[in-house]
Amino acid sequence: MAGLTTALRLPGNPDTRYEASAATREKPWVKRLILGISLSFFALFLLLPLVAVFFEALRKGVDVYLAALTDPDALSAIRLTLLTAAIAVPLNLVFGIAAAWAITKFDFRGKHLLITFIDLPFSVSPVIAGLIYVLVFGAQGWFGPWLLAHDIKIIFAVPGIVLATVFVTFPFVARELIPLMQAQGREEEEAATVLGASGWRTFWNVTLPNIKWGLLYGVILCNARAMGEFGAVSVVSGHIRGLTNTMPLHVEILYNEYNFAAAFAVASLLAMLALVTLVVKTFIEWQAALNASAQSQKGQEE
Amino acid sequence: MSIQVENIRKTFGRFIALDNVSLDFPTGELVALLGPSGCGKTTLLRIIAGLESADFGRVLLEGEDAAEKHVRERQVGFVFQHYALFRHMTVFDNVAFGLRVKPRKVRPSPAAIHRKVRELLELVQLDWLANRYPSQLSGGQRQRIALARALAVEPRVLLLDEPFGALDAKVRKELRRWLRKLHQNLQFTSIFVTHDQEEALEVADRIVLLNQGRVEQVGTPDEVYERPATPFGYNFLGAVNLFHGRVDGAQLRVGDHALPHAEEDLPQGAEVIAFARPHELDIVVSPNAQQGVIAKVNRIQAFGKTARVELTGTHAASGTEHYEVELTEQQLLALQLAEGLSVRLVPSHLRIFQQNGKSSQSPVVN
Amino acid sequence: MNRATTYRVLPGFGLSLGYTLAYLSLIVLIPLAAVFLKTFSLSFEQFWAAISAPRVVASYKLSFGASLLAAAINTVFGMMLAWALVRYTFPGKRIVDALVDLPFALPTAVAGIALTALYAPNGWLGQILEPLGIKVAFTPLGVLVALIFIGLPFVVRTVQPVLADLETELEEAAASLGAQRWQTFRLVILPILLPALLTGFALAFARAVGEYGSVIFIAGNIPMVSEITPLMIITKLEQYDYTGATAIACVMLLLSFALLLVINGLQAWTQKRGEKGS
Repeated sequence: MAGLTTALRLPGNPDTRYEASAATREKPWVKRLILGISLSFFALFLLLPLVAVFFEALRKGVDVYLAALTDPDALSAIRLTLLTAAIAVPLNLVFGIAAAWAITKFDFRGKHLLITFIDLPFSVSPVIAGLIYVLVFGAQGWFGPWLLAHDIKIIFAVPGIVLATVFVTFPFVARELIPLMQAQGREEEEAATVLGASGWRTFWNVTLPNIKWGLLYGVILCNARAMGEFGAVSVVSGHIRGLTNTMPLHVEILYNEYNFAAAFAVASLLAMLALVTLVVKTFIEWQAALNASAQSQKGQEE
Repeated sequence: MSIQVENIRKTFGRFIALDNVSLDFPTGELVALLGPSGCGKTTLLRIIAGLESADFGRVLLEGEDAAEKHVRERQVGFVFQHYALFRHMTVFDNVAFGLRVKPRKVRPSPAAIHRKVRELLELVQLDWLANRYPSQLSGGQRQRIALARALAVEPRVLLLDEPFGALDAKVRKELRRWLRKLHQNLQFTSIFVTHDQEEALEVADRIVLLNQGRVEQVGTPDEVYERPATPFGYNFLGAVNLFHGRVDGAQLRVGDHALPHAEEDLPQGAEVIAFARPHELDIVVSPNAQQGVIAKVNRIQAFGKTARVELTGTHAASGTEHYEVELTEQQLLALQLAEGLSVRLVPSHLRIFQQNGKSSQSPVVN
Repeated sequence: MNRATTYRVLPGFGLSLGYTLAYLSLIVLIPLAAVFLKTFSLSFEQFWAAISAPRVVASYKLSFGASLLAAAINTVFGMMLAWALVRYTFPGKRIVDALVDLPFALPTAVAGIALTALYAPNGWLGQILEPLGIKVAFTPLGVLVALIFIGLPFVVRTVQPVLADLETELEEAAASLGAQRWQTFRLVILPILLPALLTGFALAFARAVGEYGSVIFIAGNIPMVSEITPLMIITKLEQYDYTGATAIACVMLLLSFALLLVINGLQAWTQKRGEKGS
């Protein structure tokens, strides 16, 4: 996944420099062909599905749309989704900061292995992410009998949903922060320490202002995934209506009941969340690019 | 091949890179485009190569308008500032590239390509590096490979963009001499861009001095150094002492001081600026002297045959506050200078420009 | 580095690393280890039977085949899209650039039902394709479409920065040496993009193999025809066949780890190739 550090390198202004030189310019028909094919591909595979969500959601009118969203089951799904994200995102935020601090501010053995491990959840199928918690906490799992004896439900209950969500969103904040903090080095923190600042103060006053955009970037991507996760949550949820259904699971249930308009209505909320995420993401990239160019200009003047 | 550029104009947004530039590059000469950064020299080189197109004006190659010719058809060898070697190809493949991309009908046989590349690598004295990758070479070696690659396609003209800019001082000196020799042997038109006056003076047959998109002067290194045509030329080439003053008969009033000059055409009372090279200033210690600018000796650097004396003007209105004088060892001994001493500076030769830019020259007899 | 200079100046090493390791172990490593431990409790015959049942093998073929094909298609078109985004100006470019990340942000279930609605026989695209005899929804072709959707940004976002960083001087050098545009692309640009393209391909493939949400709606999930491997795990779980599910998960995990190694290697190569020649 593209991170903020790659976004920083992309120039923000329209690139006319390639068209200025005869050596980097294609023949007009080649350019038109590439543009035509790539944009058609984009429209067919990305734009059209997005449009379809809103079209199908409103197909039967606004009344049906609103009714689907205010249905008690839908509302409880929305509540559960918000709750899950409200737990998973802060947990992974704290972890991301701790991991990035340890990895970028210190040298120790096995650092590369640690980074690889942090990335692991991205390369694991979401279905497996759900399965592993069933194996640990399920009725036949390691702690199953103990949990049963103490009447604690994790699988097919909210804690399982939260755990699965934490797993699939695990690397987001850490992997945004690590390259960013690596690029910024340790000098500023070292200077603050030499000047007598405590560790927390150094972090709040020196590190945090430098990484705030990257942090926010990681958080919104983490949040989008947390609210939208389907596969992992589906395995551990048990699909109990009104109790353990998140929004994506509710979409599935409605869809399988051939209640398409309602399914797409709830889906349209999630699609709007995705669009907001993309807007915020673009805004942050734009901010970061602005900061970077301002900083490089300052550097040149000095 | 001869190259003419006629009335070239090029703007980037509101920035004027080249403003009505016309130049003539005769066959076989090694020409330097010299100027400060942003003067348009690289843009001019790129327009000649066909990498950039001018907003107005034409480029004539061998008398023929090149407007319709794509860069790949112009047969120009272009050596890039950062060499632009293909990093995934060996040195051999880099040099062979231009031969291998020729249309099948005119492409030499693999054996001929091999022979040609070997020859070129021997020419640049790097045949032992044929199988290395660019990342394994030093800066000077990359430079020479870039040159060999450009020469492989037998260009009619060689264009070099800051050819020595990215190298350290010692390698730069070596390569300069080497390029000079190579040009003498190969004898084709070469144009190189540089911001380094020493480089231009040492290597080129002819120097084109550019400033803010305009040609300031064209001439041999000697002409350009000894007789700069404009104040800019004086300032840009070599160390120089500057005086702001007003013409008063045979004298130049610089604040409260007077400097002698022998210029006859200057209108009385005209505001002028005057230049003297460090070796064109005499130091007068005698307290009775009437002429010359008063200055205090700051620092004396004496090593070798020439000594450099740095002085500070003690009068605020006397133009640049800092002066530099070059003396011989004997002169320095005779003057018995000491740091902190107040002296007068009298030019033996002043080059005077009226504020509108017109110039006149005045040998002075003291 | 000299041992004596590795004295830690900044505070919080023990706390941050300790917390990182503890949290990582609790959330990721120990639960993942459960898959392997559970697998070891099977006899080899049981394990083999679970992972080589005909229905499971059919799912491997579909998952791997469709993922490979989708990644290949994305590599070609993703590169073109990255090229257009870096090199050309066109109206709406910023919107296109932002929307490329849609598959990262759009919940997979939403993508799944949207694609199904589009390609179902009465959908916008299904209506056009049906008379031509092309059935997409509820066939392996539908799986391919969903995997193309999910994988596209991986290729675009790996190629785009490398392309933007590519010095134009290289192309100018090639042109001044007489190369045609196509030759410059094939001999100069493509070799430099190659590691990034392979990385994008591998990332798209890795994601596609494990993908679940966007696929199950459009796939139709017909046994032996359009069942993907992750669905097999769910099916086994629903039948309370935990050992069977775990065995298949074990196979998939091993593949994921192998892919992770390949991708790490490719990324290192991309970085090396991306370094400027000067």
